[in-house]
Amino acid sequence: MIDEKIAPRDWSAHPPLLYPPYASTVLRAPTKPLIPLKASLAELTGPVYGHDSCGPLDHDLTKNARRNGEPLGERIVVAGRVLDEEGRPAPGALIEIWQANSAGRYVHHVDQHDAPLDPNFLGAGRVVTGADGGYAFRTIKPGAYPWRNHHNAWRPNHIHFSVFGASFVSRLVTQMYFPGDPLFAYDPIYQGVPAGARERLVSRFSIDLTEPEFALGYVFDIVLRGRFATPFEERRA
Amino acid sequence: MSGQTPSQTVGPYFAYGLAARQYHFPNGQVADGVIARDDSIGRIRVIGAVYDGAGAPIPDALIEVWQADAAGRYGAPGFGGFGRCGTGTHPQALFAFETIKPGRAGAAAPFLSLVVFMRGLLSHVFTRAYFDDEMAANAADPALSQVPAQRRATLIAKRQAGEGLPTYRFDIHMQGDGETVFFDV
Repeated sequence: MIDEKIAPRDWSAHPPLLYPPYASTVLRAPTKPLIPLKASLAELTGPVYGHDSCGPLDHDLTKNARRNGEPLGERIVVAGRVLDEEGRPAPGALIEIWQANSAGRYVHHVDQHDAPLDPNFLGAGRVVTGADGGYAFRTIKPGAYPWRNHHNAWRPNHIHFSVFGASFVSRLVTQMYFPGDPLFAYDPIYQGVPAGARERLVSRFSIDLTEPEFALGYVFDIVLRGRFATPFEERRA
Repeated sequence: MSGQTPSQTVGPYFAYGLAARQYHFPNGQVADGVIARDDSIGRIRVIGAVYDGAGAPIPDALIEVWQADAAGRYGAPGFGGFGRCGTGTHPQALFAFETIKPGRAGAAAPFLSLVVFMRGLLSHVFTRAYFDDEMAANAADPALSQVPAQRRATLIAKRQAGEGLPTYRFDIHMQGDGETVFFDV
C-alpha cells in the first residue's frame, strides 16, 4: 500500500489559483507556492460511499423534487464513465451534482436572479458509479444566468459535479458544459482552464444516449488522477 | 489515455448539492460536520474561520476533512473519518467538526487532512491541521519538516480554554502574512 503512487495533479489541465478575470480569485487565491508533499496513507486512502448512500430517485432530478407536477424545461440524460488517466474505470465513485433550473435560477437563497423558481425542481442529485465506472442522471437542461463578475456577465449552461475517487487527493469538483455554447468565449470560469484542456469540460451530444420521445442525451466522461503500483514517470501530452 | 478532467470552482450555490441538511434544504447529504458521534470516546471539536486577503471571514467556503481513527488507521471499519461543513450557517462564518483526535499513522503526528473549496477558487486546495498539544510528535512529523519553520504555525490547531468538549481553533488564511500552508499533493 504505502509504496503506491498517485499521478500528480496535472497543472497543465487545472486552472491556476489566481486568475484575475474571475474577480473572486483576487482576494481568495493563495499567493505562496504550494508545498510539495509526498503522498502518505492520508492521501492514498479516501472515504467510501456506496450505493446505500443514494435513494431510488437521487439520480433522477426530473422526479426527485416533484410537488404538484413535472419540472419545466428540456429533459436530458447525462451519462458517462469515471476513469483514471490510463482509462481504467473507477467503480463505486460517488458523484454529486447540482444545477440551476431551466430558467437559470438556483434554489439557493443567495441567488437573487429574478428568474422564476420551479416548485417541482430542486436541482440536486447523486449516484454511485457501477463496475464499469458508468453513471447516468436524468435532469432538466439548466439555463444560463447573469452574475456580477463584470458588465453583462453570463454563465454558460452548466451542471456542477463533485466526484470522489479512490484516494482523498483524487477528489474533484468541476462543471460540465454543453457543446457549442456561445458564452464560452466570455466566461472567465471556463476560460480559466488552460487551453487544450477546456474542451474536456464540454459534454458531447449522443444520439445513442438520446431516448426516443423523451430526452436528449449528453455524454460526460470524467478522468481522475490514477493510482500506480510503480512510480509515475512522465505525463503524456 | 486521456488527461485529467479540469477542476472548476464549487461556486456560491453548492449548499443544496453538497451540504443540504446543514443549510436546511429538504434533501440529504452524505456527510456533515459530525465525524464522530456523541457516544465516541475522546471526542474533540475543531472550529475555524476562513479569511480572505482583506481579512474578512468567508461565508461561502466548504471544508472537507479526512482523518485516521484513534489508532491511526484510515478507512477502518466503524469510523468513517470523513466530514464536510460549510461556513454559511454560523453567525461568525465558522466551520465546525465534532470528531476524535486521530492516532499517529507511522511517523506522522496526529493531523486532519483538509480540502478547501469556495467561490473564487478554480482549483481546490489541500492543507493539514495538527494539534498544539502534540508538539513532540509534531517536531518529528515528516510533512511538517518539509514546511519552512516560520510557516509551520499556520498548520497547528490551538486548544481553546474552557469547559466541555475539548475545542481546537484552526483558522485558514487564504492570503496575507499568516497565509496558511497549502500542499501540492
